[in-house]
Amino acid sequence: MAKPQIVKFKFPGSLEEMPLGPSAAAGILTEPNAGWRVQKPVVDHKKCSHCLLCWVLCPEGVIGKENENLEIDMNYCKGCGLCAQECPKDAITMVREGEADDQ
Amino acid sequence: MINKPKSSNLDFLNGDEAVAYGAKLCRPHVIAVYPITPQTIVVERLSEFIANKLMDCEYVYVESEHSAMCAAMGASLVGARAFTATSSQGLAYMHEMLHYVSGSRFPIVMMNANRTLAAPWNIFGDQRDSLAQRDTGWIQVYVENGQEALDMIIQAYAIAENDRVYTPVMVNLDGFVNTHTYELVDVPAQHEVDEFLPPFRSKNAIDFNHPRSFCMTASTEWNTEFRYQQQQAMNHAQEVIEEVDQKFGDKFGRYYGGLVEEVRCEDAEVVLVGMGSVIGTSRIVVDKLRDMSLKVGLVKLRFYRPFPAECFKGLSPRVKAIGIIDRDISFGYEGAAASDIKAALSSSGVGPKVINFIAGIAGRDITKENIEEMYYKLFNLTQGKDEQELQFIGLRW
Repeated sequence: MAKPQIVKFKFPGSLEEMPLGPSAAAGILTEPNAGWRVQKPVVDHKKCSHCLLCWVLCPEGVIGKENENLEIDMNYCKGCGLCAQECPKDAITMVREGEADDQ
Repeated sequence: MINKPKSSNLDFLNGDEAVAYGAKLCRPHVIAVYPITPQTIVVERLSEFIANKLMDCEYVYVESEHSAMCAAMGASLVGARAFTATSSQGLAYMHEMLHYVSGSRFPIVMMNANRTLAAPWNIFGDQRDSLAQRDTGWIQVYVENGQEALDMIIQAYAIAENDRVYTPVMVNLDGFVNTHTYELVDVPAQHEVDEFLPPFRSKNAIDFNHPRSFCMTASTEWNTEFRYQQQQAMNHAQEVIEEVDQKFGDKFGRYYGGLVEEVRCEDAEVVLVGMGSVIGTSRIVVDKLRDMSLKVGLVKLRFYRPFPAECFKGLSPRVKAIGIIDRDISFGYEGAAASDIKAALSSSGVGPKVINFIAGIAGRDITKENIEEMYYKLFNLTQGKDEQELQFIGLRW
């Protein structure tokens, strides 16, 4: 799955390391961007038929189908709920962050 | 200055046309401009050059001066050599973008036709427009005639794009007196300018393989460091300006003296300082008074930013009185150049007496008689007579 790399931002350590004008490398993430999520998807693997509709529709491409059970990368899921809305088996439930620990 | 051109291709041009030829010779990739009197001829000539396929350049006819500077910045951002030109109200309108360009370190060159600012509205020349942009972080140079205008457009790119500088340059011509006066101007050959000014290889451009964000926020913790860099670049520019003047002179035979030009100052008792077209008139007066055995000198302040403080510190112990001609006034105090020069003089520890002459406002002529009168007022000071520190020249009543 193509996801942006997390590259830790290194602040300039000297005048020589300062950029020429206020600019910095773009197209990278300095930290996971999941902090803005209010709800997270929880998959009931018993109900899941592995149709992969959620895998197709996920706007962030964070659903992994490599293993037997679908895996959601919570570092990148923004919690939009599209997968839960579209799942034909109602196998995905949106749970408010902090209210359920299991997935 | 020394003027011994190595080749001669004289054309009868006004100052605006000289600027257009200078810009053409620098091969800019993008020109983004909005016309305004008395800069308009620059815009007209450049658009003609491009329409007639004498220039290979993207010409962007923008909707305002603010947009002109935005477009020029966008061009510089992708590594293009960008040129623009404006005047007065237009310069005021692009004020915000001047900061963006200098702070983001884009080496854009702009011609400014010095014209007074409304109100009262007037299209004629004084330097209140550009001097009001003092703190925008742009290098500012003031030229005396069409030849210097053409030459300084070329030098401006060499200065701005220097690795140690990367700071935009504003080349100022007095409105009408310079912009619309026809003179014989030596137009260098393209291959000579190409040898002097290599193609622009921006080290501050967007690169698809190494994407960067530009013009971004710098937090309180980091903002000062960017400002320190800008100040350092201006300090380096002082050396680069002298180097470029030398290199230009070696190539084309015209040396302008770098930050300042001293005219007959060696043994001068009194000295006048001015910027722009007033220098041409003053040279004649200096020669006349020297013929009368009066020890007068003249300092042509070419660069206002970076400010050549060292020149005035050096002058300070040698002369008895200095007159500063300002084609502007900072209401409530004095002329802009006067404040800076007085600060430099006092920091040397020896303070000659100073008069600030406010003259040439909104195109009013500064005549030879006016300048002669200024010198006599300076001699009054050396003889112990009182003179007011700030004097309006040619005031009706």
